[in-house]
Amino acid sequence: MKRRSKTATAPREGASQSRTGWRDRLRSWFLHHRLSAVDSLRRLLTSPFSSLLTWMVIGIALALPVGMAVALDNARSLSSGWDSPAQVSLFLRSEMSSEAARRLEEVVRQREDVAATRFVSREDALKEFQQLSGFADVLRHLDDNPLPNLIVVSPSAARLSAESARTLQTELAAQPGVERAILDMEWVQRLNSLMQLSRCLVTALGALLALGVLLVIGNTIRLAIENRREEIVIIKLVGGSDAFVRRPFLYTGLWYGLGGALISWAAVSLTLWWLRQPLSALALLYQSNFSLQGLGPVGGLQLLALGGSLGLFGAWLAVARHLKAIQPG
Amino acid sequence: MITFDRVSKRYPEGHDALREVSFSIKPDEMVFVTGHSGAGKSTLLKLIMLIERPSRGQIIVNGQNLKGLNARKTPQLRRDIGVVFQNHQLLFDRSIFDNVALPLLIAGYQHREIGRRVRAALDKVGLLERERDMPVTLSGGEQQRVGIARAVVNKPRLLLADEPTGNLDPALSAEIMQLFAHFNQVGVTVLVASHDLALISRMPHRIITLRGGRLITGTGEG
Ligand SMILES: Nc1ncnc2c1ncn2[C@@H]1O[C@H](COP(=O)(O)OP(=O)(O)O)[C@@H](O)[C@H]1O
Ligand SMILES: [Mg+2]
Repeated sequence: MKRRSKTATAPREGASQSRTGWRDRLRSWFLHHRLSAVDSLRRLLTSPFSSLLTWMVIGIALALPVGMAVALDNARSLSSGWDSPAQVSLFLRSEMSSEAARRLEEVVRQREDVAATRFVSREDALKEFQQLSGFADVLRHLDDNPLPNLIVVSPSAARLSAESARTLQTELAAQPGVERAILDMEWVQRLNSLMQLSRCLVTALGALLALGVLLVIGNTIRLAIENRREEIVIIKLVGGSDAFVRRPFLYTGLWYGLGGALISWAAVSLTLWWLRQPLSALALLYQSNFSLQGLGPVGGLQLLALGGSLGLFGAWLAVARHLKAIQPG
Repeated sequence: MITFDRVSKRYPEGHDALREVSFSIKPDEMVFVTGHSGAGKSTLLKLIMLIERPSRGQIIVNGQNLKGLNARKTPQLRRDIGVVFQNHQLLFDRSIFDNVALPLLIAGYQHREIGRRVRAALDKVGLLERERDMPVTLSGGEQQRVGIARAVVNKPRLLLADEPTGNLDPALSAEIMQLFAHFNQVGVTVLVASHDLALISRMPHRIITLRGGRLITGTGEG
């Protein structure tokens, strides 16, 4: 009889898990997290070749949109220097003499909607071009100077709006002796809308590749689950909760994502480093002090966070789909 | 400790594995379930472990009506039960120590406590010096003993075993059964399914016999 009453109290004791307090349970929760994290990383490193392959696939898939986004950012910082003020370049007919050109410049300067003009003679233009480009030899062999005289017109402050600048452009184009009048702002605007379009394309591409990364990680985790089916059954049999079973696989996904992000960071940085030399030469050519902006530490950390979350999410999808189906029986 | 009340189990595609089975096992008791292959022994153990659910009837384990336990509470029930299954044995990519430590890890014990308990359990099955070895280096009987150490390491009040001597020779089988009897003597309720009638009838414990899913002897005094 005594025993019976003892068993009657037993379930309450078992249900409240009085063996371990919440402090202990928290500590053991951390312990298992650490264990899962270390163990899943160790597992990845014991098959370095296939892990590296997966990391590379994820890394390349991330590097493509990230690299393009970095390129776009650079292009934007480059073009922002050109945004204003607007300029109208008047290319003069080649049969027009330099004196006539000077006279035309004087006429244009007198206009009230013009703030300043600058005359670039064809000789000056050629000299400048010879200095800057590597084409000095080629140009020397030309009998004729192919460059036209040029008047660079800056609109007065009141006429800086796109519309009035365009009016100025059409009026100047009508001047006798003017071959073409080109509004610089026009191509800046065109560049801007082009860049907006590119940004949309990069975003779409990025979303697509992120989906690809999710699928790659999901499938890799699915295989890992399949490989460890027996272990999962045993863990469930001795009382492992779903969270306990899930944990190592989530960490595996996290490691895949983080490793892939690291590789893409390295790939993007390497490419930028490789481009830096020719780009700065090119920038010099255009008299620009433009310098290439990399990902930076913040961008790199963001990339790691992105990779990590993709890995975690991909693993979560796989685990949610496949772990339930594995039951002892 | 365990009460079956007119429990029937019909598998979705099969016929009835258990029919109207009623019995009860007291705490501290050691009981054998026997019967021919297909009699329903494994099914009976699976119902206790909530691996399967009964089609009809009630099962009470450790004072808990299993009907009221949903999937989320299943792990907690299993943590209080030690199991030795014939298949699903050891993890062959981990050391013997890590195999035995698994239930403690799941239950959330601290590092030092895990070491202490694992060594105590391995000591009881006589494999203390092998804790760092891998399971493949063990004989079949030794592997079975590691499985038993894992089943008792969490000090469960109930120990279940399904054909624990399945592919062992008679001497080793007797040794394993002695081990179960030893755990029973220190207060663990033990339920062993075995078709080895020659072996278990030599032991002084109650025998529940199943035939075609029906219980024919050993209902017990309740
Ligand atoms: N998962 C299952 N699905 C369908 N039928 C099953 C399943 N498990 C066992 N059975 C059937 O239930 C009966 C009892 O099986 P089991 O409990 O394994 O018997 P024992 O362990 O005594 O050999 C058998 O007829 C078997 O074919
Ligand atoms: Mg069986």
